[in-house]
Amino acid sequence: MSVLEIIVFTVVKIVLILTVMLLMVSYLVYFERRVSAWVQNRLGPNRVGWEGVLQPFADVFKLLLKEDIVPVKANQFIHTLAPVIALFVAFATYAVIPIASPLKIFGYEIPLVVADVNIGVLYVLALTSVGVYAITLAGWSSGSKYSLFGGIRSSAQMISYEISMGFSVAGVLLFAESLRPIAIVQSQGSWMWNAWIQPIGFITFVVSAFAETNRLPFDLPEAEPELVGGYHTEYSSMKFAAFFLAEYANMIIAAGMIVTLYLGGYNLPFFNIESLGLANWLTVIIQIGSFFIKMGVLLFFFLWIRWSLPRFRYDQLMSIGWKVMFPLSLINLIWVAVLIMVFNL
Amino acid sequence: MSLEFILFIVFAAICAVSSVLMITRSNPIISALFLILNFAALSGLYLLLHAQFIAVAQVIVYAGAIMVLFLFVIMLLRPEKEKLLAINPRLKILAYVVAFIVFVQLVYIIFMSSTTDSGSMDASIKAGTIETIGMELFSKYILPVEAAGFLLLAATIGALVLAKKKFE
Repeated sequence: MSVLEIIVFTVVKIVLILTVMLLMVSYLVYFERRVSAWVQNRLGPNRVGWEGVLQPFADVFKLLLKEDIVPVKANQFIHTLAPVIALFVAFATYAVIPIASPLKIFGYEIPLVVADVNIGVLYVLALTSVGVYAITLAGWSSGSKYSLFGGIRSSAQMISYEISMGFSVAGVLLFAESLRPIAIVQSQGSWMWNAWIQPIGFITFVVSAFAETNRLPFDLPEAEPELVGGYHTEYSSMKFAAFFLAEYANMIIAAGMIVTLYLGGYNLPFFNIESLGLANWLTVIIQIGSFFIKMGVLLFFFLWIRWSLPRFRYDQLMSIGWKVMFPLSLINLIWVAVLIMVFNL
Repeated sequence: MSLEFILFIVFAAICAVSSVLMITRSNPIISALFLILNFAALSGLYLLLHAQFIAVAQVIVYAGAIMVLFLFVIMLLRPEKEKLLAINPRLKILAYVVAFIVFVQLVYIIFMSSTTDSGSMDASIKAGTIETIGMELFSKYILPVEAAGFLLLAATIGALVLAKKKFE
């Protein structure tokens, strides 16, 4: 492929991913409200459109029409910069997650991932670590004590859980012998999921993902009873919406990463789709379906947990991170290394 | 002009401008933010040199970890409430001298380094990839790596001891 063709394909893929992500994020919000209503035996939003399916659009219009208030004590520039960083990190991370095997069309072979880079997993970790800034800066620049508390709590939390996350990923990398997400998916085949082989690593990764996305039971940064709204207390209008969207986009990315790293990615479970000899486009569609179904189940799990478990206390959160998750992820790494040594996998 | 050249100019310009802005801003938080921008642009330059691992490590370690710590310290110390240090004119002269020496060193290195050595281009392209770095670190340089790990462990334990005494 020529350079121009690569650029065109990449731009098309970026636009597609952004559109799909934005739609998914807005419907995840709707989904969350319906699930929470179902958990609490309420109805939830069901007025706008059929069963409330147009609710996300109504919400966005409402937020767009609200007045954008910046506190007097706030640092205007950084106050605006913080939500921009949050959104950038949330959407840029998706570039390396593959959703299906390459699509062959018009004589081209197009990998269904925006950037198939050989440091893909590290790229995700790097962007997550940059994401801390959005929250820290939002908390600091608002010029409010509650915001600052939220920001500082959240940075400490994210930095702590990044470590156990990194060590859990190391186990996956040992097996796949590569940092490319596509290679990791292929190394798992259709049934040798990393979740079966290294269950401890799977659990530590999922827990760390909850902490990294600031979801309950780890949503200390925005603990309403103590901190009003946490780091985004002083945000209104679309800037608030940006943080809101970024949080849900991060959930989608966390689910996508868990599927890719531990649940066999886009492959069908217990069944090799390529052995059927179907047309390439059909295979790709089935794989995309399988990827999104796995992701949907995980996202439901995220919501389910949120409406079932109470919030941890801050010291409990830290001691779980450092005294439970971190040693467990180390044990997982040793377990994987021993497996590879003994069975020559 | 190739795409790489254009990207190089963009990243280099961001690097230069952000480092100048970093040392001229009076608000330390803004300075720290420009330093982060500088690190990001620097990792872009590493990417152009095909050193993907070094680029990502730059972002994870410097932009993601060390600078967060810096920001924390700045935020908690609230430097806007401190009086600005009166700048000693003698120190200013010393600063100019040091800056000049560093500048001459850099110019010397840039002009004296051999740029005609194209035979090792392939080797240097591979030098920054994760495979090469991993192999080198865990075979040739295993002793320094382990020694550094041991030192860091000792430092961590030291920090723990220091922190613990305060609670007694």
